[in-house]
Parts: sequence; structure tokens; C-alpha cells
Amino acid sequence: MKNQSVRSNIDWVIVSIYIILVILGWLNIFSSSSPVEVTSIFDMNYEYGKQLLFIIVTIPLIIVVLSIDAKFYEKFSSIIYAVALLGVAGLFVFGKEIKGQTNWYSFGSFSLQPAEFAKAATALALAKYLGDVQINLNDVRKQIIGLAIIALPILLIIPNDPGSALIFTALSLVLYREGLPAWYLWTGFIAIILFVMSLLLQPVYIVLISLVVIALIYLRTRLVNRNIVFSAIILVLISAYTFSVSYVFDNVFQDHHRDRFNVLLGKRVDDKGIGYNINQSKIAIGSGGWYGKGFLEGTQTKGGFVPEQHTDYIFTTVGEEWGFIGSTVVILLFIGLILRIIYLAERQKTKFSRVYGYCVASILFIHFFINTAMVLGMFPTVGVPLPMFSYGGSGLFAFTILIFIFVKMDANKVNEW
Amino acid sequence: MRKALLPTIIIIAAILIVIRLFYLQVIDDTLKLKSDNNAIKIIYDYPERGYIYDRNGKLIVANQPSYDIMVTPRDVKNIDTLELCKLLNITKGDFDRILAKAIVYSPRLPSVFLPQLNKKEYAAFQEKQRKFQGFEIVKRSLRDYQTTAGSNIFGFITQASEKIIEKNPYYKPGDLIGKQGVEQEYEEILRGRKGVKYRQRDKFNKDIGSYKEGKFDTIAIQGEDINLTIDIALQEYGEELMTNKRGGIVAIEPKTGEILALVTAPSYDPAILVGRERSRNYTKLFNDSISKPLFDRGLLAVYPPGSPSKIITGLIGLQEGVIDEQTTFMCNHGFSYARGRFMRCHGSGPHQLYNGITQSCNAYFGNVYMKTINKFVRPADGVDVWSKHARSFGLGEYMGYDLPVGKRGLIPTSKTYKRIYPNGGWRSTAIVSNAIGQGEILMTPIQLANMMATVANEGFYYTPHIVKRIKDHQIEQKFKNKHVTTIDKKYFKPVIEGLHGVYNGGTASALKIEGIEICGKTGTAENFAKINGVRTQLTDHSIFVAFAPKDNPKIAIAVLVEHGYYGARNAGPIASLMIEKYLKGVITRKDLEKKIYDNDLQKEYAKYISGQPFGINGR
Repeated sequence: MKNQSVRSNIDWVIVSIYIILVILGWLNIFSSSSPVEVTSIFDMNYEYGKQLLFIIVTIPLIIVVLSIDAKFYEKFSSIIYAVALLGVAGLFVFGKEIKGQTNWYSFGSFSLQPAEFAKAATALALAKYLGDVQINLNDVRKQIIGLAIIALPILLIIPNDPGSALIFTALSLVLYREGLPAWYLWTGFIAIILFVMSLLLQPVYIVLISLVVIALIYLRTRLVNRNIVFSAIILVLISAYTFSVSYVFDNVFQDHHRDRFNVLLGKRVDDKGIGYNINQSKIAIGSGGWYGKGFLEGTQTKGGFVPEQHTDYIFTTVGEEWGFIGSTVVILLFIGLILRIIYLAERQKTKFSRVYGYCVASILFIHFFINTAMVLGMFPTVGVPLPMFSYGGSGLFAFTILIFIFVKMDANKVNEW
Repeated sequence: MRKALLPTIIIIAAILIVIRLFYLQVIDDTLKLKSDNNAIKIIYDYPERGYIYDRNGKLIVANQPSYDIMVTPRDVKNIDTLELCKLLNITKGDFDRILAKAIVYSPRLPSVFLPQLNKKEYAAFQEKQRKFQGFEIVKRSLRDYQTTAGSNIFGFITQASEKIIEKNPYYKPGDLIGKQGVEQEYEEILRGRKGVKYRQRDKFNKDIGSYKEGKFDTIAIQGEDINLTIDIALQEYGEELMTNKRGGIVAIEPKTGEILALVTAPSYDPAILVGRERSRNYTKLFNDSISKPLFDRGLLAVYPPGSPSKIITGLIGLQEGVIDEQTTFMCNHGFSYARGRFMRCHGSGPHQLYNGITQSCNAYFGNVYMKTINKFVRPADGVDVWSKHARSFGLGEYMGYDLPVGKRGLIPTSKTYKRIYPNGGWRSTAIVSNAIGQGEILMTPIQLANMMATVANEGFYYTPHIVKRIKDHQIEQKFKNKHVTTIDKKYFKPVIEGLHGVYNGGTASALKIEGIEICGKTGTAENFAKINGVRTQLTDHSIFVAFAPKDNPKIAIAVLVEHGYYGARNAGPIASLMIEKYLKGVITRKDLEKKIYDNDLQKEYAKYISGQPFGINGR
């Protein structure tokens, strides 16, 4: 048993779904980036050619990740985390600006996006911290350290790349799984609701609504538990938050940020300008119908109507060419992958690998959800790629590493006996 | 509990996304439409419209190229408006107006910017076309007429109206469609089918190849040529003879029902409805409510037929057995058909059928009609029997010919009189005017001509029609069906003899043609109009019906000249000249021809609208 090879312990479900997703992703990149006449699928002038190269590079990458001893990731997680943070911070000095965002290191013709790798590193650090000692997350100090591990990369990334920063918030779900009190999540949840409401309504109304709700809750609580001071504090906090959101939205946000929300909330219709992306995206997907137009037959895809289609909007190609059926299959594959990872994480023998697995699932999920919701016009436009599908080497490598470290840990669990 | 949170969120999220997908992809159809508009550009290839030939294979309507400038408002970018206006000789105001209209139709589909450029304008524009993004040239074919006659037969082609485009998806803005006449009736055959090419476009509107390898593309199908039954030489001659007159001429080949000539006067040169002046000229024609050049009198004008209907009266009398050839009626410048009621006649003497016809005796036919009606106990039955016989000549009903307009005319039935005399009590005496075509009875010139063709055939006719041959097509079966009258063949002989006598000692003796035996009948129809609200009698309509040659009829003709006075004065000579032209090809009686050419009735017509008192019938 002890000498059983890694290969036979690998969870082939995860690996299979991963491979299918990578292949499907490439086919869609091919469709959305290929010119009328394709000379070679390795044509480096086109995204599909480069992506194919990236895919081939992932093979040695996977082998390396699987070859490294599982203990290594645990031992060096702090260092990896520190390096990743340095990498992200270094962008302020050495970063290269591409399309208005300084997210890249440029080495000749090759660019690297450190934020992508920071996700795996943060997951490792969090797993290390939560798994290292017998941590009780009821302890406020531990809570703060746990949240700080997540907050640190967010703070470093948010100025350049708010989309990627958003991803890290998903890790708070992991903290909850490991014992973080529920009110953190409730607070976050209520904060989001209030944020959206404050964009739709005048802050005064929100405060009034909150007053009514709190009053109702107060009246329905048993007499002994009533606490007028606590209720008042909550109301004050909500009011302060609402007004400051309103202020921030109107005065701190830049126009293009505001527009993204306004278009989504239907407060602004502008299919040519800021709403163009999302409108074209919906047209492309909507035109797919039940069965889609068929591979390479998408008129919107071929016409290049959807901007950034091969990266953040790759799902529009799926929608147009593969239709409702195909899109649903892709969604099921993602959900299958994520649920499988959670399932395996729960079965891990060590807390470290369990937490890590959870982190992987959360990160994949939030990518998947924000990306598809955005493309379908349910979420503001933020630059979040669809894992394994969206064009880009850094993303593909980062997700590969993220997933296969977990595959390695999972394969290793038998060996720990 | 804590374990369940993440999977729960994931599953709920997945369900939400699938529902949203289902809504966008399956339920919401508008997106599919938008995608087609977005990415697919349809390019039409317009086939040439079919040519029109006359019955002898002479080309009468051909095509000429024409160029429309189309505009796709969305694509209009950074153009020098002033230069464009100067080039096309329009004002900035025109430019803004046309573009605004195009945007209303659709910002992303082409609409006509400037129609029907001539070659010179086209060349000037084409040279600089690349400077004007969003503008393109579409070549279409317009009509090129080889004759100045026949505009009422051809109709014309024009841009399909918004209403048509809405109703018939084949037509797009700027497409041409046949209106009126043969162009309308045979639109689908003449126009062919335009070819469609679907091109894919990218977001810059750049062509990126055919859509689905041209799976849905179609090739343009050429319009088919048509041979009309018209003899264009006869048609032209008829229109010349009708110069300065109003009325209609219809000539039919009795053996086939083919319409040899269909003249309406006044008419216009079909060429004026081609090109950029089309709309202005059409408005002018349309607004001429006095002479009504767009009104096809041959088909649409209902007149009291006058004496030619005596032919029917006689035939029905024979068929019903109330008279035979020898039956004699007295005429004393008319006859008294009831106490205090007298029908005037221009002649006198005892008349049998032959003389009755040749002298066009009102008294004779008044008697025949009354005897026919009085054969039945109830006059209503008599009228209905008479009506049934008359209708078997194609009267009182739409004829079913292949031109888009027509009128029923009127052959009164008992119902008609029930309306007029709701209390009943009417008898044959009340309706005797029908005997001589002056009562309620109304006919169009084509019905008159067809009636003559029926007489020529001794009891049958084919539905008149205007198209003789379409390449690869048979003419419609309904034009090959023989319509047989309710009158026995044997009764036609004596009537035809009478009609022949009209030219030999009868009312048209002066109009004989050397070497052609013609059978005909004059008609002089009293008519009235309301002038300033007063029912006023106007100069009689001059009517003539004829067929020739007597023994092997090749042409049956009806001529009606509005307010042309008595039948032999205007209509008779015209009918005679037309017959000569058709049968001989040359006119021997140049003096008669000249007299008709010179006969200008405009003064007569001007009288009625002058507001001054006027005399009629030559006085």
C-alpha cells in the first residue's frame, strides 16, 4: 500500500473533468479567435495557437506539481504566500500596463499575471494557518489573523484589479466552514444587500426600511432578550454604512465603475457605449437557442461582436454555438468538479488538506459564478476569467497548479498511514 | 450545518444560471433576431424584368438600366455632406430629410437615398463612392418602351410602397413592383425572383465571407417574357384616331377571345412614368380629374350602350319565340307603347327584323322587348328571363379577363326593379327603354366588344384576355373554355344579315370598305350629367360595334366616343378604319382618316365645365 504509485491514487474524476474543460475551452477559443482560413492550429498570431501552447506547457507543469512531495506545500506555504504577496506588490513598481490595468510582469513577449498565482498561495497560507495548530475560530485574535491572510492580497490587488480582488472574498466561506461565527457572513450578506439597495433607492428610504425591520424584530423578541441599545447601534451602523456607500458611489467611484452598476440595474440603457459588451454578450448567447448554431457557425462569434470574447466573455461562444444544451453541460461539468473537490476535501485526513480543498472549491466557484453571471447580464462587468476556458497562460497555469496541488494531497492521503 | 453552506450556495447559483440561460436562449426570441440583424447582411441580385412583345412578336417593352443610391444610416460616417449634395445636385435640407426618413425605416438596413439615376449621374457618383461610407449603388432595370401607346395595358413599375413591403416580405425598400395593367397582373412572372446572398459581417461591418457556405443563398431567376394578344400597330392606330377625344376602343379576335386593341382616350406616353420624373408626372395624371387619363375607359367606363343592345333584344325575341324574321311592326317616327307614352324614332314604315336592324328602328325593338316581357304573366319573370339571356353574353358581370380592373355593367333583373319600384306595379311599359339600351342597362366597351364577338361566333365566346403566350407556360385554362349563350345558333343568322345590312343601305352605308364585308351596328346614347346639381342632357355618346369579315370573323370591335354625337359620326368611322387597318394593313380612305384626326372634341368637353349655357348634339 505504502508504495502504491501516485497515479493510481489520483482522483480521476477531477482530472477527467479538468481535461474535458480544458479541451472544450480551447475549442471555444479557437472558434472565437480563428480567422476565416486557418493555416495551422499552432499559428502563434492567433490566441488559439498560443493557448494550445499554454495547454501543452501545463503537461510538464502537472507532472512537476504531482511529483513534489505533498509535505512540501505545507512546509513552504508561508514562503510561497510571502513570495506571492511580493509579486503582487512588485506590480506597483515593475508592472506593465495592458489595457489600462497594471496586472502584468512582462518578460519579452511573455507576460505573467501574479494575482492569478496569489490565489493558490493564499489558499495554502490559509490552510497552513488553520490546519497548523488547534485553532479555535471563536477566538477573536485568530479570527483577525484568518481574515488578515485573506485581506492582505485583497488590499494589494484591489487598486489594479478589483475583479481578482473580489475572488479572495470567497475564502471567507472557508473560514466559516472552519468555525468562524455566522454573524460575519450575515454582516457581509446584509452589507451587500444594503449596497445594492442604496444604488436603487435614496439612503433615507433604506434607513426608514431598516428602522421598520429592526422595530419588527425587536417587538417579536421575547421581553427578556430585548436590548434597545443593541438595536439602536445596529440602526446607526446601517445608516452610516448606507450613507457612506452612497457617498463613495457618487464621489469615490469613477464613472466607468458607476456605469457598470447602472447598466446592470437597468438605470441606464446604452447599447452602444458602456452597455455594448453586455448587450452583445446577451445577443450572442440568446441567439444560440436550444441546440446552438454549431461549432464555428456562430455569427456573433465570427463577426467579433462580443468584445474580449476569447477571455472573459468566452462563455458567449459556448452559448451561441452550443446552445442551451451545451451551456448546461458546461455548467454541470463545473458544478461537478467543484462539488467533487468539496466531497474529497471533507474526506481528507489532515485539516490542512481539507482547508486547502475548500479553498480550491471556493475559488473555482466564485470565478465560475461571477463570470457566468456577468456574461448573462446578472452581475456588473468585472474582469474575472472562466477557469480553464478563458484565454490566458497565467490563468490556466494558476488554475492547474491550484487544482493539481489538491489532487496531489488527495492522492497522498493513503500514504500517510 | 457548516459543511452544507458552500454546496448549497453552489447548487442554488447553478440553478439560477441555468434558469437565466433558459430565459435568454429559449424564451426570449428578440435576441435571436438581433443577432441576425447584427451579423448577416443580405445582398440582393435583381433579375431583369421580362420583356413584353405584341401578338406578332414585335418587342414593345424592354428594359434599361437604372441606378439607385441606397443609404444605410448606421454606416454613414465622416462624410463630406456638402460634397455629396453637390455631386447629386440636392440641398442639405434634402439630405437631412431623406436620411431622417431612412433612419425611421431602419438605421441598419439600406433604404433608397436617391432613386433612378441616369448613366451620367451614376458615373459621377461612382467615381467618388468610396468617400461616402454607408452609401452604395444598386442597379435595377427600368422599363424602356418601344412604343408611345398602350400605357393603360402595360401599367407601370414603381417602388413598392411601405404597405406592400409590410404585407409581402418579398419586397424590400427600393424594390420595384408592377402597378396596374399587365405589369401588375403578371408581376410574379415578369419580375422573376431576385437572388439572395447572405454575407457575414464583423462588428466593423466588414464582409467576412458567405454565411454557412452559401447554403441559403439563391440565384436570381430571370423574369419571363410575355407575348400580349395586342396588335401594337392597331393599338397605336387606335390611340391616334382617338386623339382629342374621350372614350374607348376594344377589339377582340372572336375565335380566341384575344384582345387585339384596348384603347382608352385620353392616354399618355408610358415613358413619362419612368425615371426620376415619374412621381411628378404620375401626380399630374392622377390629379387630372376632368379628362382622367389614368381611367381605362375600355374596361372601366360604364355607358348606356344604346342601339347595339338591339342586337340582344332581337336575339332574345327570336329565342323566346315572340317574333320571327317576318314579324312586322309599324313605325311612325316612333310608337305609342302606352297611353300618352311615345318612343321616338328617326324613321318610319313597317319593319321586319332586317330593316329594324339596318334602320335601327326604336319602334320595332320596343315592340319586340315588350312582347318578350309580356310573354310572362308576371313582368318580373320576363325581366329575369331576358336578363338570363343577356348575361350569357358576358354582360352584367365581371368578365374575368387578365387585367386588374373591371366593372360589372348592369343588366337589370326583377330585383333591380324591386329596388326602383318598392311598391311593385311596374310593367313592361315602364322598362321598355332597355330595348334600345337606354334604360337601366349599362355596359363597358369591352363588354360591348365581347358581345359582338359572340354574335360573330354565332353564339359563343372565349373570355377576353390580354396575354397570348408566356414562355414555358400555357395560358390559363379559363381562357380556353367556350362560353355558349342561351340563344340557339340558328337565330344568329338573320341578325347577322341585318348587321351586314347596316353597311348596305343602313345607318353605316357610308363606311363600307372595299373588299371587306362588315357587320356592324351604330349606337347613339343619350346621357346626362349633374352640372351644378342640375340633371343636364349632354351631347350623345357616339357608339359603334362591328365585326368583320362577315363569313370568317377576325375582329370584333366596340368603339365609344364620349359626346361624339350619333354613332356613324365618330365611332362608326373609327371602327371602320380600325377594321381596315387590321385586316388590310393599309388605309385606303385617307380623307375619312383625316376627318377623324381633325375632329377635335375638346371644345365639346370644354362646354360642360365652362359654366356657360350650352347646346348639345350639334346645336
